[in-house]
Amino acid sequence: MNYEIGRRRFRHWIYRHSLLIRICHWINVVCMTVLLMSGLQIFNAHPALYWGDKSDFAAPILSLGAEQGASGRLVGVTSVFGHSFTTTGFLGVSAGPTGQIEARGFPSWSTIPGEQWLAMGRRWHFFFAWIFVINGALYLAYALVSGHIRRGLVPSRSDLRHIGRSIWDHLRLHFPKGEEAEGYNVLQRLAYLIVIFVLVPLLILAGLSMSPRIDAGFPWLPALFGGRQSARTIHFVCAFSLLAFTIIHLVMVLVSGVWNNLRSMVTGWYVLPNADKQHDD
Amino acid sequence: MTTDPLDRRRLLARIASGAAAGLLAGCDRLSNSTWFPRVLDRAEAVSETVQQTLVGRQALAREYSEADISRNFRPNGTTNPQDAAYQALAKNNFADWRLELTGLVEQPLHLSLAELRALPARTQITRHDCVEGWSCIGKWKGAPLGPLLDRARPRPEARYAVFYCADSMERTLDGEVKYYESLDLASAYHPQTILAYDMNDAPLPVPHGAPLRLRVERQLGYKMAKYLMRIELVRNFGTIGGGHGGYWEDQGYEWYAGI
Repeated sequence: MNYEIGRRRFRHWIYRHSLLIRICHWINVVCMTVLLMSGLQIFNAHPALYWGDKSDFAAPILSLGAEQGASGRLVGVTSVFGHSFTTTGFLGVSAGPTGQIEARGFPSWSTIPGEQWLAMGRRWHFFFAWIFVINGALYLAYALVSGHIRRGLVPSRSDLRHIGRSIWDHLRLHFPKGEEAEGYNVLQRLAYLIVIFVLVPLLILAGLSMSPRIDAGFPWLPALFGGRQSARTIHFVCAFSLLAFTIIHLVMVLVSGVWNNLRSMVTGWYVLPNADKQHDD
Repeated sequence: MTTDPLDRRRLLARIASGAAAGLLAGCDRLSNSTWFPRVLDRAEAVSETVQQTLVGRQALAREYSEADISRNFRPNGTTNPQDAAYQALAKNNFADWRLELTGLVEQPLHLSLAELRALPARTQITRHDCVEGWSCIGKWKGAPLGPLLDRARPRPEARYAVFYCADSMERTLDGEVKYYESLDLASAYHPQTILAYDMNDAPLPVPHGAPLRLRVERQLGYKMAKYLMRIELVRNFGTIGGGHGGYWEDQGYEWYAGI
């Protein structure tokens, strides 16, 4: 705690994130980035999603296709549940790494590698999948044993009772101040719990279901998702749900005091926002 | 801190976009290096070991019912080999075609299509998973590879079966590069590993590998060589083709192909 003379302002430091959680967090940042981008590279090898065990090429749920336009130019066409949209420049057709316009599901800037190179994308994806799983297991073991899940993430009954107010506060970008900001608020707790115990496990299991060798040993696994192609679709949906979570997470980091948040995830130390001031940073 | 928050936000955005561009360029440089893909490859051995431990060597791939068969089974890769030798065989409905089983065996075999069809057969309705991501279900009938290998009596030093195909994939200075694949003997002896001559109750059509193709149901489509001509048992495949055990493996795809 320190005291700044003349500004009537206490700086109340708390040690918010332990070393292991900070290391896991940043390894996770690298893994999730590489997995998403190499995943889009793999998806681009056949940019369409189906439901069931097999691919009904005539009726994909989603497809990012290319068609020859009237002028002979390539037109990107995205179809979702039978509804088609022109998405040239972003989905279906966009500039490759050399600037050449080409048929590709997701654009070059979103894939690893940038060019269409399925074999290399798979190598990135499967390597970082292992790091992601090992890192996640380490985090989970620590979080369970240390009580981080129980104390830091499971919301209390009164938290849940006041969830309406918390949603309203978030919508107005009013964040907890003072002592209230010491732990995670109820929306954070629920979001993290859903990611850790629902989204990520689903994503991993759906990913495993795409392996023909795994399917031979655990036929109930793809069946759980409604078939291998459904599992591929769910893997894709989970990945984009995680992307949506990450975007909201980043926006919240930005609007609730970016340097304070970043510092706390690097050094562990977090300054409690003052109760009498709207924005500490 | 007294800096204008807007300035800081702009700085942060610039750092973020710079980092993103640097990240992309860095990843592409890593992909094109010699050392980094080798690091990434370590994961393949881990995946193979873990999957084999979890699943076991004898586990069977799921078999489906007639109702599940794909109406439109997509042929991939070569769909009509232009090689003169193959075209000549096809013209004669493969009457002159012979499958050779050679290499580290005591008794090399030469089998006609009629001889293969006279052997005990296995029929299986299975899902074909392409490395690109799609799946189709088809019905395959053929001769299990294991008993054929037994007839040829593998020598104890034999570890892999290499499958040579009729279709040329590309032309290089050394001549034509033909499709080939390889399996370890455990996979070759798996009960669902068959040399298929029928697909969906009809003779195997040319786009799907006539007259004979390999089916290994627990691996990706590119393992299942089409237009088979010769099977050779070897101690290792390092001197064959590009040395990675298959045409697509030589292009950087995994030999394991179980994911």
